[in-house]
Amino acid sequence: MKQSQTLNFILGIYVVMIFAFVFAPIIFSMVFSFNSQRFPTIPLGEFSTEWYEKVLADPDIWKAARNSLIVSFSTALIATFLGFCTAYSDFRYNFRFKGPYLALILLPPTIPLIIMALAMLAWLSKIGMSGQLYSIIIAHSVLTAPFAMAVIRLRLNQMDPDLESAAWNLGGSEWKTMRYVIVPFCKPAIFSSLFLTAAVSFDEFAVSWFVSGLNSTLPVVVLEIVQGNIDPQVNAIGTFVFLTSMTLVVLAQLFFASRQIKGMQS
Amino acid sequence: MSKPLVIFDKVQKHFGSFVAVKGLDFEIHQGEFLAIMGPSGCGKTTTLRMLAGLEEPSVGEIRLNGRVMNDVAPHERDTPLVWQSLALFPFLTARENVEFGLKMRGVSKAERKQRAIKWLDKMGILEFENRHISTLSGGQRQRVALARSLVMEPQILLLDEPLSALDAHLVIRMQAVLTDLQRELGITFVYVTHSQSEAFAMADRVIIMGKGEIGQIGTPKEIYRAPANRFVAEFVGRNNILAGKVKSVDGRAAEITTPSGIFTVPTNEVQLLEGHSASFVISADLMHIATEEPLGTNKVFCKLISEEFVGSMVTLFLEDAQGHEFKVQMQERELSKFDLHSGDEIWLSWDVQSAHVLNES
Repeated sequence: MKQSQTLNFILGIYVVMIFAFVFAPIIFSMVFSFNSQRFPTIPLGEFSTEWYEKVLADPDIWKAARNSLIVSFSTALIATFLGFCTAYSDFRYNFRFKGPYLALILLPPTIPLIIMALAMLAWLSKIGMSGQLYSIIIAHSVLTAPFAMAVIRLRLNQMDPDLESAAWNLGGSEWKTMRYVIVPFCKPAIFSSLFLTAAVSFDEFAVSWFVSGLNSTLPVVVLEIVQGNIDPQVNAIGTFVFLTSMTLVVLAQLFFASRQIKGMQS
Repeated sequence: MSKPLVIFDKVQKHFGSFVAVKGLDFEIHQGEFLAIMGPSGCGKTTTLRMLAGLEEPSVGEIRLNGRVMNDVAPHERDTPLVWQSLALFPFLTARENVEFGLKMRGVSKAERKQRAIKWLDKMGILEFENRHISTLSGGQRQRVALARSLVMEPQILLLDEPLSALDAHLVIRMQAVLTDLQRELGITFVYVTHSQSEAFAMADRVIIMGKGEIGQIGTPKEIYRAPANRFVAEFVGRNNILAGKVKSVDGRAAEITTPSGIFTVPTNEVQLLEGHSASFVISADLMHIATEEPLGTNKVFCKLISEEFVGSMVTLFLEDAQGHEFKVQMQERELSKFDLHSGDEIWLSWDVQSAHVLNES
């Protein structure tokens, strides 16, 4: 018993160290966002909300924030819809080349972002659709749909296949069955997917930078500021972006977890 | 009882090169309790799914009330099914589950509620109407599943091994619930099971299926006492099957030579020809045991191998000098008069009329 206590203690420290390693830079950034000094050095200067005031006063940042919200909201809807459709086609139908079909759908996240971004830019400008807000939405939908599909597919795999047949058997047409059985069953996964894809889109920098043109999103604006000079405004924006993404991811996890528990009960 | 509600007309079902159902030709009567029984993979569930429209026959026709059903979509039929997995909707409450079919059919909200409540009450689970499925016990879920199908007030109810997930004592209780319901409602039940006790306890008629074909259709008693062929006899179990050659045929009786001896059997519709092979069966509960050599022709001297107790009934497993196994089923209190032990030798006998000749083909 004593040995396992020691082991637990060491493992506990290990976990704390991992979290420290992951979150220290972010916490530093948060701390410095409230620091009056221009350069991030220790000892800290005085507590100050100067950088936040500057950020809030900057119309470019407001515009970028608006763009980011529009893009991530639209992306979440489109990617989740696409993800649901592909997950359902996998659940419901058996066809030749299903393996390659699924592999192809899951491919986008495995392509290096910079390659993806370049390819998107080349393609979108070729068909005259680059440099617009919807260009980012298109690119992000491609990028995040596989995540949506993976989350919803997990849920569908928990479904008793008889459930769908049972709905037909009770007089439900295929559409009614979709509406009253499949979608309600997948609801937790659909919400989870909405938040997850929104978070990924909200954070994404490389693809946005290439295809956005003048419609910068928040991560792109951050880079533009950093390129010019060292400005603690970045810390303030970073804190905001981090909190937004974390909220979305936590919400996604909450839906995910609640459906796991329900899955265990039934 | 006589009007056919459903007709299976030379129905076959192929899955690729695999033939799941090889040719079904039978009728289901209005208001009967029909059980379809067979080992797993015999095609019984496929048969039921074809009736519900979830599988389409590859060959042949299924007619319901004279209407050819082959191309009718499942949701356009009125053939509710009680699933082996129950297939209750986990995101709905008990009452919403029962209302589901009515909602699909466009029944108004008020009527839906009233009819669902009526059936939940009838099944004795009204107090759970607002509970989610995951919080109900196995027996309660079973009743929700039944109510969900019966609320549709169908002419025919399909049941696919609905009791297989329940504890033994609940199975007995649900059997009573089902037979009472069927009698009260007067609707046709088609009940698929692999359990002989369920089928024989509830059904008016039983279809025994094996390898996609019908082995026998008949009342439980007919199937038990007079199995049509070796497959049915073996499936029904607790039977003694003897095979040999016909020695002589004399009108109402025949003599058959087997390795265990020469036995007299009553003739039936199976044609017996001298010199041809034949087999017959005697139910285990029609065998007698005796310590002295009995009179009569049908007797075998055996050694007791083992005993199996099921409550007050005992099954004895014995072997004759040729190593052929015999089974005897009797009351425990009768057996105790004999004070038998493994390895003891004893006479087995049976009345001529207890034997039943099997169809060899």
